[in-house]
Amino acid sequence: MITFLKKNEILYFAIRNNKLKIGLSVLIFFILLTLVGPLLTDYSPMEYIGPPSAPPSSEYWFGTTTFGQDVFSQFIHGLKASFLVGIIGGGIGTLLGVLVGFVAGYRGGMIDEILNMVTNIVLVIPTLAVLLIIVAYLEVRGIFAESVFIGLTSWPWAARAIRAQTFSLRSRDFVDLARLTGMKPLKIIFSEIAPNMMSYLLLVFILQFGGAILVAATLDFIGLGPTNAMSLGLMMNNAVLWGALLLGFWWWFIPPGIAITAIVGSLYITNVGLDEVFNPKLREM
Amino acid sequence: MKRYFSRKILVYILTFLLAVTIDWMIPRFMPGDPVDVLMARAGSFAEASELMHDYYTGVFGLDVPVWQQYLNFWKALFQGDLGISVYVFPRPVTQVILDAVPFDILLLVPSILLSWFAGNHFGAFAARSKRLDNTILPLGYILTATPYMWLAMVLAWALGIVFNIFPISGGYSYAMTPSLSWAFIWSFLQHWFLPFISLFLVGFGGWAIGMRNMIIYELEADYSHYLEALGAPRKLVRKYAFNNAILPQITGLALQLGVIVAGAVVTEVVFSYPGIGYLILQAVNTRDYFLLQGCFLFIILGVLIANFAIDVAYVLVDPRTRIGMQGETT
Repeated sequence: MITFLKKNEILYFAIRNNKLKIGLSVLIFFILLTLVGPLLTDYSPMEYIGPPSAPPSSEYWFGTTTFGQDVFSQFIHGLKASFLVGIIGGGIGTLLGVLVGFVAGYRGGMIDEILNMVTNIVLVIPTLAVLLIIVAYLEVRGIFAESVFIGLTSWPWAARAIRAQTFSLRSRDFVDLARLTGMKPLKIIFSEIAPNMMSYLLLVFILQFGGAILVAATLDFIGLGPTNAMSLGLMMNNAVLWGALLLGFWWWFIPPGIAITAIVGSLYITNVGLDEVFNPKLREM
Repeated sequence: MKRYFSRKILVYILTFLLAVTIDWMIPRFMPGDPVDVLMARAGSFAEASELMHDYYTGVFGLDVPVWQQYLNFWKALFQGDLGISVYVFPRPVTQVILDAVPFDILLLVPSILLSWFAGNHFGAFAARSKRLDNTILPLGYILTATPYMWLAMVLAWALGIVFNIFPISGGYSYAMTPSLSWAFIWSFLQHWFLPFISLFLVGFGGWAIGMRNMIIYELEADYSHYLEALGAPRKLVRKYAFNNAILPQITGLALQLGVIVAGAVVTEVVFSYPGIGYLILQAVNTRDYFLLQGCFLFIILGVLIANFAIDVAYVLVDPRTRIGMQGETT
């Protein structure tokens, strides 16, 4: 009964929260577009099908590239790539952050020191340099490999944030009580500490999701992205490479950027909305 | 205090060692030997190419065992010798990079600091003011979610091509050579503005949002309520809230540096701005791994120095670290 009421309360505030509503609507719109999109276009993203550099028309909704590829079709495939990177990269980043954060925050002492040091080192090393070496070894790079790499390098800030939270929960009475009853540390972390941070972990995942999409766009843009797939960053890379800026082919580079901005922005807004829902202090009266 | 810094410095030294080692690996473990690249360019007779091959291998120091190469790399590093660029052979890499560094400093330092200051003050100003919160802050979310290169591209296209107000390529007019004349400075500023403003805007949005959220937390903290209950003026309560909220923002700056640097790299690529980011792209395209190595070394150094500066600033701003609470407690 109590848990039901609590859920109800959160639901109640969730429905009333405008930020959450706007953020989720935009997000759902793009997810639907990604799912339905392939049905709306007959062209494959790489095929040379239309007249070169045609502006948007009823036949080619977002126009065509210099080579006559359908921009809309590329856009839909790019959206899919972005969501994949977000889920995989953001997921791995969150998982690692949670792991390191929990262990460092709960254990403290020497382990904390060492993990803290590793965190700081990963934080400072330019990921581009590491990526360049990895890229050199992978002949064909897919979106999956890119996502894994992004996940492996994006966890430090999450680890720090979660460590701080764990640190403050560790000395609470209920944790002490669990320890007194002889509960194993792992069990304490997952059954006593983690449930109290669930909302926080969700927020971390959302931010990691958005961050991964942005990082992927950056990597794709300098040509370190997937070699066998289309992505939004790659579209922008091609557009700049083939002079879309100078020739004024705005339909080539405007849509991918709008999509990234809208998706990531709506994730951030959803994040703040959720924060207000979960945290009673932040609710606007 | 002393322990705090000695621990920090240890982390910096370890990071530097590791980063430089990764950096050293770049030219050695990449496919496509730099010597082969030069040989292919020369494309000469068999006999001569034999000699040339030996000569180039010696020039790049690749004729000794790997461990020797690693030690030599460190030795050369402390002498400021980063090898010779393949792309603009035989110019030393250090020279090529030192030509580019001023452009980076003039672009990055103002855009990072100004966006941080302006964003924080604006965010603090907008917090808990219904109208600003609902009108301008969504703009902040959009800005901080914008990919750097896209904003750069849109600005270049709109202000450079459509309205033709700003030049969109290079660091100064191609017709000029760098000198300390008014004409050159004017040309430099014109080329500088668009990359600056696009870096500034993305950063500004993020800091404003971050500060707004922090201030709201602080205004709900017990001390704020207590001050309010005592009848302290609104301005004073806000000042205390701001002083507390600025601390995580300083740490945030350190956390964000990597992202900002990557953002600067792609922004420079869009505008062909002659900084290190643009050099990286050229080095990748021409397989000039020594230049690449040098560029990353400078980025590593820059990020480490900036991080250290932020640490010092944190200690100066936060009285608790000064009294001697070691490490981070947050």
